[in-house]
Amino acid sequence: MEKKRLIQFILVIVVLSIFISVPMVFAISDAYKGNIYQTGTLKPIDSVLKVKVGVQAPNFSLPSVSGEKVSLTQYPGKKNVVLSFVPAAWTPVCSDQWPGYNIAKDIFNQNDAILLGITVDNIPTLYAWTNQMGQLWFPVLSDFWPHGGVAKKYGVLRSDGVSERALFVIDKKGIIRYIDVHDINKRPPLEDLAAALEKLKK
Amino acid sequence: MKKILMVLTIIILLFSTLTFSALPANKPPEKGELLPVINLPIPKNPDERNYLGLSGSGSFKISQIKAKVVIVEIFSMYCPYCQKDAPGVNELYRLIENNPDIKNKIKLIGIGAGNSLYEVDVFKKTYNVPFPLFPDKDFAIHKACGEVRTPYFMVVKINEDGTHQIVHNQLGNYPGAEPFLELVLKASGLK
Repeated sequence: MEKKRLIQFILVIVVLSIFISVPMVFAISDAYKGNIYQTGTLKPIDSVLKVKVGVQAPNFSLPSVSGEKVSLTQYPGKKNVVLSFVPAAWTPVCSDQWPGYNIAKDIFNQNDAILLGITVDNIPTLYAWTNQMGQLWFPVLSDFWPHGGVAKKYGVLRSDGVSERALFVIDKKGIIRYIDVHDINKRPPLEDLAAALEKLKK
Repeated sequence: MKKILMVLTIIILLFSTLTFSALPANKPPEKGELLPVINLPIPKNPDERNYLGLSGSGSFKISQIKAKVVIVEIFSMYCPYCQKDAPGVNELYRLIENNPDIKNKIKLIGIGAGNSLYEVDVFKKTYNVPFPLFPDKDFAIHKACGEVRTPYFMVVKINEDGTHQIVHNQLGNYPGAEPFLELVLKASGLK
């Protein structure tokens, strides 16, 4: 009987420890005021990749917030490309991710890389959302129609129609060199992407 | 034997639960209240150590900073308003450092909510931040401070006897260096 009680006690402590050590928090910038929709904790990954490191990156052509169409064929031979898929405008982690990249332009420049931000939102939504981030130096592309077509091609379209929080690094030959399909609830640490870009030089 | 092992497990688990440096809070600490327990690493950079009046290595608590008032900014490298306000907060540092009457009385630190050391350094380099910034990679401090939105300013008065209390809290709305300094001086009783 005593043993049973001890086991129960251990269980309570374990549960308590988990609650304290795995906080689900997001540092939301006051820039968005009360306009961020709380999604709660989501299934970390909800898709199956259709590409892998070492293969040719599937081509695409998408409209950007600034008006012009951006195609992946523009870059081979000229620039390394980072694709940053984020799930949706006006959600907690996404709203904090690109503003960080916005002040990390040096890291992209030093590695001769361009960043393309992509979501499945339509252009007007992306326009309003990215306006809150200040002036972004990189194109923001809308994978709205056919819905999530590019995300689907890469295998990062989730079952509810938003994309994963995923990073792809594509070299100047158009070959995928790094993939991070991140836990949708967390922001990928910038140092991991920086290290992947540094590796392109080798 | 089994019993001893179980007791040991309980002790270890209890210990790991209780030694978290900052426990989560539902709301930010209010004016007149104490700061949550925040342990920060003593900076390796000697200039930053001198600025805070600390020595040695290991960790310190904000109330151990050698000052009468400490301004704590909870920021994030990823937060557009923190980025926009950064030059103005730097200006606040310079206003204080260039005024011999308050130079050694008011100190400024930043805590990067959810930011790794690398990310804090990107922010520091981008904006030439002249005061110490500390990473809070796992959001432990951010959570202890009631998961405030950023930037969030806390003005902490440190008393002669080593006790402290928060004399002003502010979410965003940074009014610029001069009005903010005026506010800090009034709230802390330095003026």
